[in-house]
Amino acid sequence: MSITLDKLVLNQGNFQLDADLEIEEGHKIALLGPSGGGKSTLLSAIAGFKEITSGRILFNGADISNDPPAKRPVSLLFQDHNLFPHLSVEQNIGLGLRTNLRLNDSEKEIIQDALRRVGLGGHGTKMPSEMSGGQQQRVALARALLRDRPVLCLDEPFAALGPALKHEMLDLVAEIVDAANATLLMVTHQPDDAEYIADQTILVAQGRAFAPVETTTLFHSPPPALASYLGTRRAHG
Amino acid sequence: MANRTQPIRPIHFIAGGGAFALLLVLTIGTVIAVWTHAEIGSGLSSSDWSAVRFTLSQAFVSASVSIVLAIPVARALARRKFRGRALMVSFLGAPFILPAIVAVLGIVAVWGRSGWVSQAIAPFGFSPLNIYGYFGVVFAHVFFNLPLATRLLLQGWLSIPAEHFRLCAQLDMSPSEIGKHLERPMLWSVLPGAFLLVFLLCISSFAVVLALGGGPRATTVELAIYQALRFDFDLSKAALLAVVQFGLCTSVALACIFIAKPTNFAFGLDRPPERWDGKGTFHIICDSISLILLTLFLFLPLLALFIRGLIPIAHLPIKIYAAALNSVVIAVGSAMLTIVMSLALAALIIRIARRRKRISQIVEGLGFLTLAASPFVIGTGLFIIINPYISPFAVALPVTALINAAMSLPFALRIILPAMTRAEDHYGTLGDSLGMERWTRFRIAIWPRLKRPIGFAAGLSAALSMGDLGVIALFAPPDIETLPLMMYRLMAAYQLKMASGVALLLISLSLILFWLFDRGGQLEHHTR
Repeated sequence: MSITLDKLVLNQGNFQLDADLEIEEGHKIALLGPSGGGKSTLLSAIAGFKEITSGRILFNGADISNDPPAKRPVSLLFQDHNLFPHLSVEQNIGLGLRTNLRLNDSEKEIIQDALRRVGLGGHGTKMPSEMSGGQQQRVALARALLRDRPVLCLDEPFAALGPALKHEMLDLVAEIVDAANATLLMVTHQPDDAEYIADQTILVAQGRAFAPVETTTLFHSPPPALASYLGTRRAHG
Repeated sequence: MANRTQPIRPIHFIAGGGAFALLLVLTIGTVIAVWTHAEIGSGLSSSDWSAVRFTLSQAFVSASVSIVLAIPVARALARRKFRGRALMVSFLGAPFILPAIVAVLGIVAVWGRSGWVSQAIAPFGFSPLNIYGYFGVVFAHVFFNLPLATRLLLQGWLSIPAEHFRLCAQLDMSPSEIGKHLERPMLWSVLPGAFLLVFLLCISSFAVVLALGGGPRATTVELAIYQALRFDFDLSKAALLAVVQFGLCTSVALACIFIAKPTNFAFGLDRPPERWDGKGTFHIICDSISLILLTLFLFLPLLALFIRGLIPIAHLPIKIYAAALNSVVIAVGSAMLTIVMSLALAALIIRIARRRKRISQIVEGLGFLTLAASPFVIGTGLFIIINPYISPFAVALPVTALINAAMSLPFALRIILPAMTRAEDHYGTLGDSLGMERWTRFRIAIWPRLKRPIGFAAGLSAALSMGDLGVIALFAPPDIETLPLMMYRLMAAYQLKMASGVALLLISLSLILFWLFDRGGQLEHHTR
């Protein structure tokens, strides 16, 4: 599996982002850069929510630039509002199997299984409002699990969580992605997150998405665009 | 919150308390005055009961029709991007400041006995339409409230998080599944509030019923009050009816507050929607038809008015100058009063809120009280209070300005209070930390953030007051006229062409006033 961004150009008002790079199978990749730098826009374009100005997006060589969101090989998790507040946890997950929610017994069993895998066994009948922010994101992860797409995209989904809880969630994500042999694309503006989970990092800064680089290499000798984002903290530390 | 609490200075008590007291006198005080004059013993006559029945039944039908028709239109606006969408959304706000009597004249010009539609169907052997009576009242109420209902529902649609629509697109939901999972739950939460608000407005609308209703079968309680005061000069009967009207309005308004707070004025409705569903031909055709019909429904009466009024506007009688001057003076005076009262109230509410959340909510709720109060109840009460000392007709203009100010207070407060809260939270504390004192603090830290909402609120209030035909009809002696009153008198004398000319002048002046105030608030752009 591979995703190719072929001379991709995205516009948002006066802002323009260029991307010309290739993402290879099985990596966990962080999209790192300053806020307003276009990380989320790039993810939206890959998931089919943002019209591209020019260029192409290829999946395994096939052009998916014009495919509707549902046809793309991608599950995208947002920072917020991943669940419908009027549906129970089970139903929210069930949407990943059947959008009309007419679920048979074996499908219901699959849902319970997914719930257990994200550590929420027995919470299926709860409503989202009864759960904490971290638990809600676990439910959304469980749904992504059922959709079983080759690429999992996360748009700063744990930005509102504390450090301990965040690491727990990142561990869970890594486990899910590894088990499914999927590729992870995760937007973050925290260098620590990138170092924690991502073996590769795409730097998105100064109107450009740079090709993925090994995360350790990147932080060891940061290019100028990264150095200016990180500031002096790392240069001296 | 780590906010350093703002001290309540005497000025806040005097100004805010004064505004509050004035409000209480106008709402509660007038009701008490009315109550003491009402002769409950005489009870309601059968014609009074039929007025109550008509009031409720026409409001129920008008609100139901408005809301049901608003659903497809709001849905179309929520999921379509097209050129002129922003224009259309702001056009939906126009009936709010369009004088009722002007709209009625426009509706008559299109749908009336000798209107465009009647003329168009005459060759096919149809008899002319009858726009008067029950049907006419409901029709005009739908004309006014369909746009409002559409805006309220559109707000509901746009309050659905963008992520949810993305989620639906990602999960490949069909339009009917999106309806089930997203739109129906939203509608269930928005519809009751929207219905009640429209219902409330239809109960207390006066000009429409005055012009299109009347007679034993189409008289509302408000119209009955007017007739009791103006024609029978039966104060106690008017008072009794005013008590009934107050009861009706208050119960609906309370229901409104408990079931669903009427939604805020939304400024972000022209934000382009981001949707991936409804791409099918069937949905596109449905949406297009909804939008085209709505545009015709709203636009034709205004067009007819424009065409009819263009020639007469050059030949208006000389007394038009006095009427126009009266209207402008009332509008400007009442706008100023509204702004002063809302500023004073807002400052007091914010300062109390820092200490006692509950009390500030009560004060704020009372600020919205006039939404429930009918101008006629207030008018009747003031009439009773003033009558022993001075002829109410002699003070027609100031009283009209005062009551109009009270009537637009809920809207102004709703615009100004959130803006002032934000300004206080973000920049008031900054001003405090820099050691700014009193007026300096207000001038530098608060005022620049308030100018725009104040300008907008003043413009709204002036336009509302300019088009008012309610209070002035109650108080004005025969020799005093405002533009809406003059229009009504011309219409009653079947001088429709001349009335159209006056209507054009009235709309133009309203728009100019609104524009001047709104523009004034936007001078010096660097405050953003």
